[in-house]
Amino acid sequence: MAASTSKNIVKGGPVARIGLRSVALGYLAILLIFPVIVVFYKAFEDGWSVAWEAVSNPEAQHAIWLTILMVLVAVPINTIFGIACAIVLVRHRFRGRGILNAIIDMPFAISPVVIGLSLIILYGSRDGWFGQDLAAMGIEVIFTPVGMALATMFVSLPFVVREVVPVLEEIGDDQEQAAATLGAGPWQTFWRITLPSIRWGVTYGVVLATARALGEFGAVSVVSGRVAGSTETLPVYLRRVFESFNEAGTYAAAVVLALLALIVLAAMNLIQRRDRAILAGAGVAAEATVVPHTDVPDEKESA
Amino acid sequence: MSIIVENARKQFGDFVALDDVSIEVRDGSLTALLGPSGSGKSTLLRVIAGLEQPDSGRVLISGEDMTRVPVQDRNVGFCFQHYAAFKHMTVFDNIAFGMQIRKQGKAEIKKRVNELLDLVQLNGFAERYPSQLSGGQRQRMALARALAVEPKVLLLDEPFGALDARVRADLRQWLRRLHDEVHVTTIFVTHDQEEAMDVAEQIVVMNEGAVVQAGTPTELYDHPATEFVMNFVGSANRIGSLLVRPHDVEIRHVKAEGAEEAMIDRIVHLGFEVRVEMTLADGNPLTAQLTRTQLQELELEERQIVYVLPARAKVFDANGGSPRTEELALA
Repeated sequence: MAASTSKNIVKGGPVARIGLRSVALGYLAILLIFPVIVVFYKAFEDGWSVAWEAVSNPEAQHAIWLTILMVLVAVPINTIFGIACAIVLVRHRFRGRGILNAIIDMPFAISPVVIGLSLIILYGSRDGWFGQDLAAMGIEVIFTPVGMALATMFVSLPFVVREVVPVLEEIGDDQEQAAATLGAGPWQTFWRITLPSIRWGVTYGVVLATARALGEFGAVSVVSGRVAGSTETLPVYLRRVFESFNEAGTYAAAVVLALLALIVLAAMNLIQRRDRAILAGAGVAAEATVVPHTDVPDEKESA
Repeated sequence: MSIIVENARKQFGDFVALDDVSIEVRDGSLTALLGPSGSGKSTLLRVIAGLEQPDSGRVLISGEDMTRVPVQDRNVGFCFQHYAAFKHMTVFDNIAFGMQIRKQGKAEIKKRVNELLDLVQLNGFAERYPSQLSGGQRQRMALARALAVEPKVLLLDEPFGALDARVRADLRQWLRRLHDEVHVTTIFVTHDQEEAMDVAEQIVVMNEGAVVQAGTPTELYDHPATEFVMNFVGSANRIGSLLVRPHDVEIRHVKAEGAEEAMIDRIVHLGFEVRVEMTLADGNPLTAQLTRTQLQELELEERQIVYVLPARAKVFDANGGSPRTEELALA
């Protein structure tokens, strides 16, 4: 009885409770779920074969492949950089730390189109600052996948750093110091202690960076030159098909883009669940007197 | 293994954490670094471990100069106040960590971990995670982890600081017995003088980054070198220029030669002991410690005016000369 009373105090009466849930779910439905359903519906409106044709033509195939390539280049580089950068920001004290901290957020603040334009100023092969020299060496950056990868890296840079920094701050450096007193060198400490402790921050950062890299349009569009079948990523391709009034093709390609993102989310959930199953297998849930420790703050686990 | 620190200095910005500190710890002994917070005791421990580099001075462990040896090569066992348990590892893997780093054989590791689990009374907990242990169990696990690599010395930084009073008392006794079994040179940091007196063979009292006095608990209690030590190790009252332990305060009903007038504010019963809190005529507080029997014989009551005499007292010179002990004959 006492428990149910306190529950009601926290959650309010039945009217308030149902009202609150309706607002939360309604908001999600209007902003997220409904548009996605419409995309899926539109894609398959004229049948599977039309949709399949729309995404299996060589230009679409190339765009899908190029998008995945962008992710495979940008995300691993940003993950390694992100972890290193987070460790420097949290564990080291040096002049200019505050500035570094602020610079990392720049890709959040600057419009992707501006990022694209600045890359052209730097790397444009005719009058770019570095572009001319690079062109002389035979390296073309702008209007090639190299420049597109640079743009993708730029926009997806902050995610891993921003997810790992708070986790590193929360765990402190006690465990790392303990490992050192037990004879572990810096590398051993990183692989055995630091990385396992921040794995959820890293995973979440990777998922966000991947989502951003998959969907990036502005910066990539500016530096790509938008050559069909050559420098078109899926979002760039999508816009071209959309502008040529190919409705089925547009929505089918949109579904592919959405599916790619969903696969990444599902993969994260799978890893997370397996990790928890290992803990549960050790009898955590049944015997724990203390709340089982997870390294990720709660609000992130539902993502 | 003996530990010697020579003229260690350490500064954090403007704050002098260690000001020319020298200590000597005998092989196989159990020593407490005692002092208030900010006295430099933890910094000294971290300097010995190699977690902190002294600005100048030397650290010798069993005669070997360790000052520039990095922490991972010093082979010291270190326990942290908040345990520093590896949260993503089971108790077994926590304890095995140092041995795995040293690439010891699996069978050997397993045998040693089981021995240590016995020693710290955590058998049956090998497959648990630190989050499933109580604070006392986590600290015992951390001790086993530190002992697993057969360290030359064991260093404990406020090991019981985060535990509740009952568990603290149990663990103190347990640490004492553990030390009798494993005999590794041990230094622990504490701000609790009772804990230091209870556990340590030798106490080093620190204040404001310097060693004030080092000695056995009895030496420190009976022959404090300064007023600070007298106040910090045990408690003391001030009657004029005299410093008097509460159990050396005599209470009388009749005025005697050299006695001061005091009013009883409160009588606190602490089991067998009774604490009588008084105010002297000059307004200073005074505490006396009596036994129950003494209290009954004296028939003391709150709000009563009594006369107090120091049975034994100390006088410290302001310029740091050696203290005088005055044994006052009772009239």
